[in-house]
Amino acid sequence: MDYAAIVFLEILYMISFLVLSSVGLAIVFGMMRVINLAHGEFVMLGGYTTLACHSAGINIFFAMLVIAPITVGIVGLLVERLVVRWLYGRMIDTMLATWGLSLLFVGLVTLIFGSSAVGIPTPISGYQLGSYQMGGYNLFIIGITIVLITLMWIVLRYTRVGLVARGAMQNPEVASSLGYNPKTIYMLTFTAGAAVSGLAGGVLAPLTGLLPSSGGAFIAKAFITVITGGASIITGVLSSGILFGAINQVVSFAANPVMGEIAMLVLAIVLLRLMPQGITGRFFRNST
Amino acid sequence: MNEELSAAGRIRWGWFIAWAAVMLLLPMVLEDTHTLTVLTIWSLLALSLGLMWGYAGILSFGHAAYFGLGAYAYAIASINFGESTVALFLAMLVPAMLAAAIGAMMFFGRISDVYLGVITLVVSLILFKFMNATAGDVYRIGDARLGGFNGIPGFPILNVPGFPSMEIWGTPFYYVVAVALLLCYLLSRWILYSTFGRVLLGIRENELRTELLGYNVPLHKTAIFSISAAMAGLAGAFFAMWSEIVTPGLFALGQSAEVIIYVIVGGLGTLVGPMAGAILLGFLKLLLGEQTLIDNSLVMGLILVLAVLLVPSGIAPQLAKFRKRYIDRLFRQRSGSSGRRRRKLGGSGNGKESS
Amino acid sequence: MGITRRNVLLGAGAGLLSSALPQHNAYAADSIKVGSILDNSGNLDIYGKPMVQATKLAVDEINEAGGLLGRELELIQYDTQSDIALYTKFAQQLARRDKADVVQGGITSASREAVRQTFKRANTLYFYNTLYEGGVCDRNVVCTGSTPAQANEPLVEAAMERWGKKVYILAADYNYGQITAKWLNYYVSQRGGSIAQTSFFPLDVADFGSTIARIQQESPDWVVSALVGGAHMSFYRQWAASGMNEKIPLASTTFGAGNEQGALSAGEADGILVAHNYSQELDTPANKAFLERWEAANGDTSVIHELSVGQYQGVHLWAEVVRTAGSLDRDAMLEALGSGVSIEGPTGKVSLDPQTQHAALDIQLMEVRDQKLNIISTASQRPPSDTARYCNLQEDPDSNIQYEVDI
Repeated sequence: MDYAAIVFLEILYMISFLVLSSVGLAIVFGMMRVINLAHGEFVMLGGYTTLACHSAGINIFFAMLVIAPITVGIVGLLVERLVVRWLYGRMIDTMLATWGLSLLFVGLVTLIFGSSAVGIPTPISGYQLGSYQMGGYNLFIIGITIVLITLMWIVLRYTRVGLVARGAMQNPEVASSLGYNPKTIYMLTFTAGAAVSGLAGGVLAPLTGLLPSSGGAFIAKAFITVITGGASIITGVLSSGILFGAINQVVSFAANPVMGEIAMLVLAIVLLRLMPQGITGRFFRNST
Repeated sequence: MNEELSAAGRIRWGWFIAWAAVMLLLPMVLEDTHTLTVLTIWSLLALSLGLMWGYAGILSFGHAAYFGLGAYAYAIASINFGESTVALFLAMLVPAMLAAAIGAMMFFGRISDVYLGVITLVVSLILFKFMNATAGDVYRIGDARLGGFNGIPGFPILNVPGFPSMEIWGTPFYYVVAVALLLCYLLSRWILYSTFGRVLLGIRENELRTELLGYNVPLHKTAIFSISAAMAGLAGAFFAMWSEIVTPGLFALGQSAEVIIYVIVGGLGTLVGPMAGAILLGFLKLLLGEQTLIDNSLVMGLILVLAVLLVPSGIAPQLAKFRKRYIDRLFRQRSGSSGRRRRKLGGSGNGKESS
Repeated sequence: MGITRRNVLLGAGAGLLSSALPQHNAYAADSIKVGSILDNSGNLDIYGKPMVQATKLAVDEINEAGGLLGRELELIQYDTQSDIALYTKFAQQLARRDKADVVQGGITSASREAVRQTFKRANTLYFYNTLYEGGVCDRNVVCTGSTPAQANEPLVEAAMERWGKKVYILAADYNYGQITAKWLNYYVSQRGGSIAQTSFFPLDVADFGSTIARIQQESPDWVVSALVGGAHMSFYRQWAASGMNEKIPLASTTFGAGNEQGALSAGEADGILVAHNYSQELDTPANKAFLERWEAANGDTSVIHELSVGQYQGVHLWAEVVRTAGSLDRDAMLEALGSGVSIEGPTGKVSLDPQTQHAALDIQLMEVRDQKLNIISTASQRPPSDTARYCNLQEDPDSNIQYEVDI
């Protein structure tokens, strides 16, 4: 019984992990049809920001929840202004340029922080569940994910900003005819996506540790989750995140973590074969 | 349109012979054929992707899957057979068959653009994860242990067919690889010249129209996907012989990305561009490895970003434009080939991929 | 295709560059060439970067003391960027183009196996200075790092005495982990213990949630980890985050050798039991002097780990071999190796065993406390008895394999 609860919590944690680490990419992809291959590095930068603040004695929760998103958001804004905006409508070129950026960030962070793995202590201690010991921080990540997704949903659904954003998502001309400059919308979207990635990086860093190259661990999974989810930001990333997280952990417990990951990848192929436009290309068409 | 189609398959034999001659004469000038060989192998890999992506519009994010599979197929088969001839053949057959299966699944399922990219990526990731997890004793095929992260070292290298003890390495091996590259280039040109190739170009330009004209679009796409995979597999086998070890790193995301970069920096929609891109960037990568002053990824990243922003159509088309403007003008009257139109292919960044 | 010509020109230009560029001939033509291949960037650079610094320090020291045989040493350093393909490439280059007199380096066992044959074929003497799973039996290779018999046996012994008989093994899924797990199993069973379970993890696995739950289900007396690399660091973090570090004690065959204790925060790694050749806390004059020289040359001493000290000692050991041989001829050097050369390094005495061409080393049993490796006890001059079971290079000089345990 205790063991079942553990398995369930681990599944929830894996789903939160996938959703949290993909949602920044999903915002940018859903709104702009831009695939940002520097996404993993945005996550990594969020982690390093948190680390730097923590070493400077700033409260760790403030660092990961406020400073990390703001810093990475600014980086995202710079990237959009300097590189991405010249490449709109050229999907492959954008991917390539952002891939170059990802290498560049890895190099820069190596120069600044060195190449050694560094860690941030988990600020929440473990707890007892029956006869089992569990990571309390996992619960925090699950909570943060739920709050973040709910907030995003409220913003997209019930605010003026969300309305314009959804309009621009469906048809940029509509937004521009309403007096909103699509270029400004794109700029803000990219910044928002980067900020959310930074938040994810800050929150996840205490569990995953940090290396300049650790962005690579996020990008493939995030990419697959987002594309399989389809164009709707929240529904897409939630539906694929839940499916992938569940299958990954169930197989991990039944066999081992490698088989878990392979099962998840096979599921991605099957899903895309059945639904060539992603899950939300088929179901939940009018969702956000 | 017609002109472009026929240009795609046309070979300028004068240039080709000059190129072949220089490739074959280079070892006489340079003693370091080892570097030359690997650059040639990377060119072959880039050519395989350039053919499929540039002319049929199929972008694979996981081309390393076929490269790595070729290398592994070669290593495993050569250990079991004790010589290289059958193994080399299998190194093309196995990737081609996997590509045929995956291609059929994707193309008959009408999967395209970025979704296709994800599937190809996922296939290479699965192979990567799986190969990484095969260190145990139980993972063996015949006499060959898969070795997990360590890979497979110590398999026979290329030998004269029928004579396992007559190994081909060093400069002769370079010649084999160079001739293979030239043959693959000719094959690609011939494919593009044939009816099959014209249908592919038609698919790239307008898939629906080609289909309505009665061509079996998924079949054509699957076929070129397999051909490209076989070519990548051949490159993989050569790479295995060159490095004398195969490791799961061959399937890695970075490997796939590198090929994409070779193609796009060299010039999408040409055959020479990808090869040139591979030589240029491959050489740069090796050069960066010989110094410890600057961080390598920093330099590579910077080059990439600048290349996309400043030379978006790739080096080869850019040079071709330059040639048109300045050099051809000089010869125009003599050769009489005035104003041959050359459309820029996907150069400005492939509007076709955006959905 | 008019571009063909340019393609050719590019190729030719590239070739010219490659022959013109790094010839490394800063010194006179008769300098002694020390090759080094290490991952100075990419995934493994946590290990590689300090090793590169260590190599340079050792070579500089030898040069300051007047070089070898009256000639200066010239270091040829290649960065393999954590890419196995580059290992073979640069190994070829070192052996054939640079004609190096010795090559030092390689980090993972995969990289060693990738270059070993190349150097053997070219008769280039090769030093591999990393702790590893043992068993390499090749007259052209000198392994100066510790093997399971040296470092793991005392670890198992101490842990079983302290904590009990039921052990759970976690290991990296490649030949290091696979073979080390077999040795651990052997040492535990030999002492009447039992293995609850053995789990292997490929190097990119970073999520250990299901594993930690399974360990609790088995409830072993202690857990031993042979995990490797950056991704596996998450295990220690997640272990501590769930509070398990207070419940089930942990030992490790790898932890600390790459300065892992510095990557975790102070509390997280406390109490992990390890056994290695080197600790920065070693209170010996040799180590103190080494730390000072390192600080003068490279600044930050906190990056020093066992692998870099191993590399440093490997270069000095080779220099001693050359002095004994009085020649750079490979056969003369091998002959000198056979006479049993030794040096005093930061880790204490390092003496070469002619039978296996491995080194007898002092092994420190240590406990992690406040990001430091605190020494509990020292076993001096442990021989590489695991490899010696199979390998006798004096009797069988043509041997060219890595033996695997068969227990």
